[in-house]
Parts: sequence; C-alpha cells; structure tokens
Amino acid sequence: MTATVTAGSRPARTVPAVRRRRRGLMWIAQHAIAIALAIMFLGPIAFVALTALMTDEQALTSQLWPQTWNWANFEVVFARSDLLAWTFNTFVYASLSTLFMLVSSVPAAYALSRFRFRGRKLAFLVVISTMMLPPQVVAVPIYLIWARLDLTDSLWPLIIPMLFGDAFSIFLLRQFLITIPRDYTDAARVDGCSDTRILFTVILPMARPAIAAVALFSFFYCWNDYYGPLLYAGVDQEGWTLSLGLATFKALHSVQWNLTMAATLLVTAPVIIVFFFAQRVFIEGVTLTGVKG
Amino acid sequence: MASTHAVPPRWRRGEGARALLWLAPWIVGVLVFFGYPLLATVYFSFYRYDLFTLEFVGLDNWRYAFADERVYQSARNTLWLVVFMVPAQLLFALGVAQLLTKIKSGAGVLRTIFYLPSLVPAVAGTVAFVYLLNPATGPVNQLLALVGITGPDWFGSAAWAKPSLTLLAVWGVGNTMMIFLAALLDVPRHLYEAAAIDGAGAWRQFRNVTLPTISPVLMFSAITGVIYAVQYFAQAMIASRVASGATDSAGSTFTPGYPDGSLLTLPQHLFHTGFRDWSMGLACVHALLLFAVSMVFTLILLRQFSRAEGES
Repeated sequence: MTATVTAGSRPARTVPAVRRRRRGLMWIAQHAIAIALAIMFLGPIAFVALTALMTDEQALTSQLWPQTWNWANFEVVFARSDLLAWTFNTFVYASLSTLFMLVSSVPAAYALSRFRFRGRKLAFLVVISTMMLPPQVVAVPIYLIWARLDLTDSLWPLIIPMLFGDAFSIFLLRQFLITIPRDYTDAARVDGCSDTRILFTVILPMARPAIAAVALFSFFYCWNDYYGPLLYAGVDQEGWTLSLGLATFKALHSVQWNLTMAATLLVTAPVIIVFFFAQRVFIEGVTLTGVKG
Repeated sequence: MASTHAVPPRWRRGEGARALLWLAPWIVGVLVFFGYPLLATVYFSFYRYDLFTLEFVGLDNWRYAFADERVYQSARNTLWLVVFMVPAQLLFALGVAQLLTKIKSGAGVLRTIFYLPSLVPAVAGTVAFVYLLNPATGPVNQLLALVGITGPDWFGSAAWAKPSLTLLAVWGVGNTMMIFLAALLDVPRHLYEAAAIDGAGAWRQFRNVTLPTISPVLMFSAITGVIYAVQYFAQAMIASRVASGATDSAGSTFTPGYPDGSLLTLPQHLFHTGFRDWSMGLACVHALLLFAVSMVFTLILLRQFSRAEGES
C-alpha cells in the first residue's frame, strides 16, 4: 500500500512537524473513542456478571461490587427451574431445524443459481418477499393447520416447515453460489456429470463457508427465538425453550435480580462460546448478507 | 458470462423441468406456508372465529380495528421505531465501522467486542437491560448519580421506554456494523487518493467517495432495518413483562405494552388478540394491516434487487 503511494511523484518523505503532530493527536483521539466505546459495550455484560455473583441480600442493595463471590447462585438456578429441560428442548429445536433447513434450502439455492429457466427471477423475488414477511402476518391460518394436526403444545410446528426451505438461508446460499464461475460446472457437464453429482462434487465443496454460515445463523436464530416457542410451546414448563423460560424467570422463580442475572448468563454463555470457536465463519457469513444481488 | 454456443449443449435441454424438481420442496413450502395462509387471512378477516365457532360478520372486524385506539397507538409506536431507532442503529454502526477502519492496533479485538452483543439472545439482552436500567438498584442510574444526574425511570416511564429499547438496539448493532465495515474496506483506495490530490478533506472524501460507493449496502441495511422494526416483537414484549413484574407466564391477564401502551407494537397487539383473546378474525385484520405496511418496504427492496439483477 505504501509502495504505491511513495513510488510515483513524491520525493523523500518529509512530513511537516505540524501535520505529524496533528496526525498523532488524531491517532490518540480515535483510539480513545474506540476504547471508551468498547468499555461501554462490555459494561452491560460485566454488570450482569457481577450481579449474578451477589448474595440475595446484597442484590437488594444498590452496591455494584459483590462482597462475597456467590458461585452457588448458578446451582440455585438449576435447582429452581427446568433449565436442563429447556436447554434440551432448545437444542433439539435448533439442531433439527438447522438439519432440515440444509436438506431443503441447499437444493433450492442450487436451482436458483445454476439453472436457467423461465420464472427464475420471479422465484428469487418470491424468496426475498417471504424473507421480509413478518411471521405474524400468516400466523393465524398456519396455527390453525397445526391445531388441526394436533401438534400445538410442541415445537414441531417450528421444526417441520424447515423441510420446505427457509427463505433467508436460500437467499444467502444463492448469493454465494452465483459467485462460483460457470466454467467449473460447465467443465463437469462436458465430463458427463449429472446434476446431483455436480451438486455434491463441485458445488458443495466450494460452498462450504456459506453452508457453515447459514447453518450457524439458523442454529442461533432458533436458539434465540422467542416468538415461535411463545406461540407453540404451550403452558407446560417442561416443554419450554430457554428463551421462554428466561422471559418468565424473574416473575416465577425469584424476586431478586441476582438469580435472574445468573440465569441470563447461563442462557448467553453457549452462544458466546460457540462464537469464539467459529468466529471466522460468522464474520464471513455476516458480510455475505450485506452484499447486494 | 452467457455461453456462446450456437446450438445449446445437451445438458441445457429440459433445464426448466430439472430446476423445477430441485425447487419442488420449496415451492410446496411457499404454497402451504405463504400462499394459502395469506388468502386464508383475508377470508378469516370477515369471520368471527375462536377455534370453535365460525361466524360470518362481514366488515365488523375491520370496523372494530379501525375504531381501536390500540391499533393507532401501536402504529404510532412502530413509526417512532422507524424514525428514531433504525436511524440511530445505522448511524452508530456506520460511525463505529468508520472508526474501525482507521485503527491499526487492536482492531481485531475491538471488532469482536462490538460484534459480541449482537449474539446475545434477545430475551437475555432485554432482561439484562431492564435490570441495568432499573431505577432502584440498576447500575446505570447509580453511575449517573455519581456525576450528579438524576436518571430517568427508563422502562418504567412511557416517555423513556422506547429510548431504552433504542439503547438496547444500538448495543446489538454488531451485524450491521460488520456489513458496513466490509463495505468500507471494499472502497477502492485509488478513489481516496484521487480525491486527496483534488484537495478534498476528510469530510468531503467521506461524502463524495465513501457514501456513494457504499450506498447500495446502506440502502439494503436501511430497508431490512425498517422491516425488522415493523415486526418488532420479542424485546418490546419482554421489556413490558419484566418491567411491569407480570407473573402470568401464559400472559392471559397481562396487558401488553407496559408502561401505558408505550411499547405496544402491531405484532404484539395481533398476538394478544389472536392467541390470548382468541379473536382470530380480528387478528387477521391486524395481520393484513401489518402486511400492508411491510409490503411497502419490501417493494422498495424488490425494486432494488431487480435493478441489480438487470445489471449483472
């Protein structure tokens, strides 16, 4: 980068002292603002963690620093709530949904990106429209379908539709697949490969980062979902997800903030841990969503 | 990139039919979970239905909805979110992304820190913010008191509830920030150099080089931001519930929108009408209103995509 700047017309680097000082001040200002913002962003997590470790008595006071580190709060959360059952339900919901989503959405994105046919553009516009549709718009008739099938009071109404493609995942995968040059698939064609073989031997290996990203997004979406389980999981706490349980935790199990904050941490921790293991997949996937068609 | 075969190669034959085969599950899905429900919603909007009896009532539901103050209140709340929350998120995301492009040392760590909150589950983030901002023992008002400011009642006051949610939304803006950061890093460096030679300062470089180059990305984020504001549900609902201390988990006695309906959004009103009061016909009217609002913004987005498709 510096090479291209210094190579041309400019002689030896003699930055005037005034400009150098100004640049130094800018550097300090930028870093100061960034660090201040970073502290503000971490602040909520830090205060949640501090409160989670307070005793019941201290949580009622306005002190900010725990007098004793009360790690037993986490055990109390497990003992007083169905946290294990909620975690299990959430895990089943998230992993089955993600699996079904992949099985159904990868072929759809493959067709939208690799085949030329009439109505291809229309199909893509339908994908975007369904992606943008607030889920509440079609909630009543869909609820009635599941009620007739006697599947309400379970998470199946949220899992089964994933077998029929997820608009956001199709959109994202399609955006990635159109960037794979046609020459690759054409070459495989000349060798006589079938559609299925091309998908498995050419497309899938190249699309691995995009597939990893949509899988992670789907898993996290389900893990964090509140609206879906609220609509379908029913009143029996055994069948709830973490989001549902946490939303009512304070009212049901504890008037004190310390236990609620401990539960909040326990719900958040898995997400953060997964993020640190799969950071690159996330960042690549997120930037993929911002790319225009 | 069109291939230049005079005669289409063998594998092009029957391509439409094969594509249809690959798309079949998705097409079934669109018909069952999008096409049919949309038509059924229109149908049910003329009926009174509580899961047991179905009774034709003509335009009664529509008349009721248009006379319902809570519908207007939720529309005003949604408008507030679109006008204040979405721009706050976009401006903040763009500002932080721009700042991160300038920083050489520790950029990776800072990027992670700013991205992290966007991963926190909506429920967890909201519960945490209701605690942080609670006037009695919450740390925010105590820190404000240290510098002599009496903090507001945040989630407990109708005036401050939406600004409180905006703080939460800005905290979780990491996704948008990463998208902007990628777009900013993609701006060709020679454009800046050319502008600098023309004597453009930092602000003019930003206005004349950066903004035009990243405007498609900004536009996309703005529209998706608005569409998510229109369907805003979980955070508003949980903030109301936790701040009001409502105990009923099934929510049948809980009036959404605490305090004073200031956090009521149309999706919540629909949810309570349809799935707590079981007035499903009326809920369908709410659904169609919601559909109309979201359709306006979806159409803008679709036009953008058709244009981009036409270019490539």
